[in-house]
Amino acid sequence: MTVATEAVRSLTRPPRVSLPHAWRYWRRNAAVFKHTYRLSLLAWFIEPVIYLVAMGFGLGKYLQRVQGIQYIDFIAPGLVALSVMYGSTFETTWNAYFKMERAGIYNAAVSTPVGLEDVALGEALWATTRAMIYGGAFIVIAIPFGVFHSWLGLLTPPAMALIGLMFSFLGLVFTYAISKVDYLSYYWTLFLTPMFMFSGIFFPLDRLPGWVQAFAWFMPLRHSVELMRALLLTGNAAAALRAALWIAILTAAIFVLPLNMLRRRLEG
Amino acid sequence: MRGIDFAADEQSCFGFLGPNGAGKTTTMRMISCTTPPSDGSLSVLGLDVVAGARTIKGRMGVVPQENNLDEEVSVFENLLIYARYFGVRTADAAPRAEEQLAFVQLEDKRDWQIPRLSGGMKRRLLIARALMNEPEILILDEPTTGLDPQARHLVWEKLRTLKRSGVTLILTTHYMEEAAQLCDRLVIMHEGKILVEGSPRELVAAHTTRQVVEVFEPPEELQDELASINARHVERLSDRWIFYTDDGDTTLGKVRALPIDPSSVWLRGGTLEDVFLSLTGRRLVE
Repeated sequence: MTVATEAVRSLTRPPRVSLPHAWRYWRRNAAVFKHTYRLSLLAWFIEPVIYLVAMGFGLGKYLQRVQGIQYIDFIAPGLVALSVMYGSTFETTWNAYFKMERAGIYNAAVSTPVGLEDVALGEALWATTRAMIYGGAFIVIAIPFGVFHSWLGLLTPPAMALIGLMFSFLGLVFTYAISKVDYLSYYWTLFLTPMFMFSGIFFPLDRLPGWVQAFAWFMPLRHSVELMRALLLTGNAAAALRAALWIAILTAAIFVLPLNMLRRRLEG
Repeated sequence: MRGIDFAADEQSCFGFLGPNGAGKTTTMRMISCTTPPSDGSLSVLGLDVVAGARTIKGRMGVVPQENNLDEEVSVFENLLIYARYFGVRTADAAPRAEEQLAFVQLEDKRDWQIPRLSGGMKRRLLIARALMNEPEILILDEPTTGLDPQARHLVWEKLRTLKRSGVTLILTTHYMEEAAQLCDRLVIMHEGKILVEGSPRELVAAHTTRQVVEVFEPPEELQDELASINARHVERLSDRWIFYTDDGDTTLGKVRALPIDPSSVWLRGGTLEDVFLSLTGRRLVE
């Protein structure tokens, strides 16, 4: 029991973090990204684009309208949320694990005034940046198909930042907890993929059985899709606020975890 | 670690020697504020390693045992990125990086990618990187392990230059020659404890004999005769006899009187390696 109590205390204590030092680590990632983005960018935001074209035009031909809306217009906002999720998750799972365990990037950074908590926060902030680049790239491609239907769409950048931050912290919690890189696949197959199916991107959840809806309510992607759809399509400010609040509360609740987890993991 | 006590002087070179698992790297991690001591206190530059970690790390350079350069960017950019961690602005970091590359003789590799560098070049680049914040203390964990003799001598030369310029060096090594070449003071560690401390000369004087006679693969039938030769200490290994003696010529004379091939008898001075082996034992530590 005492071991467990000690673990909980060390994970929930106020982290020794400094935003300027986290920013220095952010800039390391940005400097490397400048060299590698041509190779990596396309691979990860192309998937939502394929969904948009294939489902929007393919399935859309048969469906005509969903909730009175053209099918491609219905799915586009959810796919923005999906791009953001992929962007931040890829960075905080595969990339973060590689930098931490294989390339020695974390060790190099923490032999300077940058601390472990700063690295974790810098990683999350960078992953959020990258998520916004992915989401932004998707929007640029989707504009000809018509994505913006509401003036609330102007709030897309802060909304993407919020979603990106949440998925970044979630990804880091998992990455900093696992002992072998192979476990990362489970994050994708057991968490991201099921969430993707029941997030309301491709079909509204309101006709599903109550228990499925209740289950879906706990899924971060569902609220992300809701937020983007409210901003870009329906212009429903109350729905947007509700979803943003859900995301903000989860993000605030978990953000100290990866910071403290990284110290526990690497200080040993 | 079982509790160690040491103090390193400014502008000198302090060495930690010991077999694998002796606690050298852990000690280095504690000095460089990456692992906090679980008990006791450790102060570096007059500051506590836990409370003053950021300040200490800002005034210290660390050369790790394993290469952790950024493989995705060039030699020059590695230095700029690292300097940024210390809050050095790019305008100041760029000329400093050029200067450090010249110091470690890598100026013509400035725009190379890291995988193209040899082991020796990477080590020199790690040293250049550790100097980007103009540190007062340089920590080096086995700075020449795995390097060829040319690269090793170049690293030693650079480290001596740094010491002369006023940088305090703290290093770990397995190589007694390296310790003798570089260290003003050193400790020999074993199983998490410090066994002895002193200058290389003091340790040799105190813990081994002035001279050593080694006899390689002596004939079986001479075992009794060899055993009758007097010395301060005699060690019998599977392939040779070692006589630790204060009077090498006399011991050598007695060995030479036996019918042994002269080329298999060897007189040499006592070294730090003799001290090390006599204190930590010959058994492999694993």
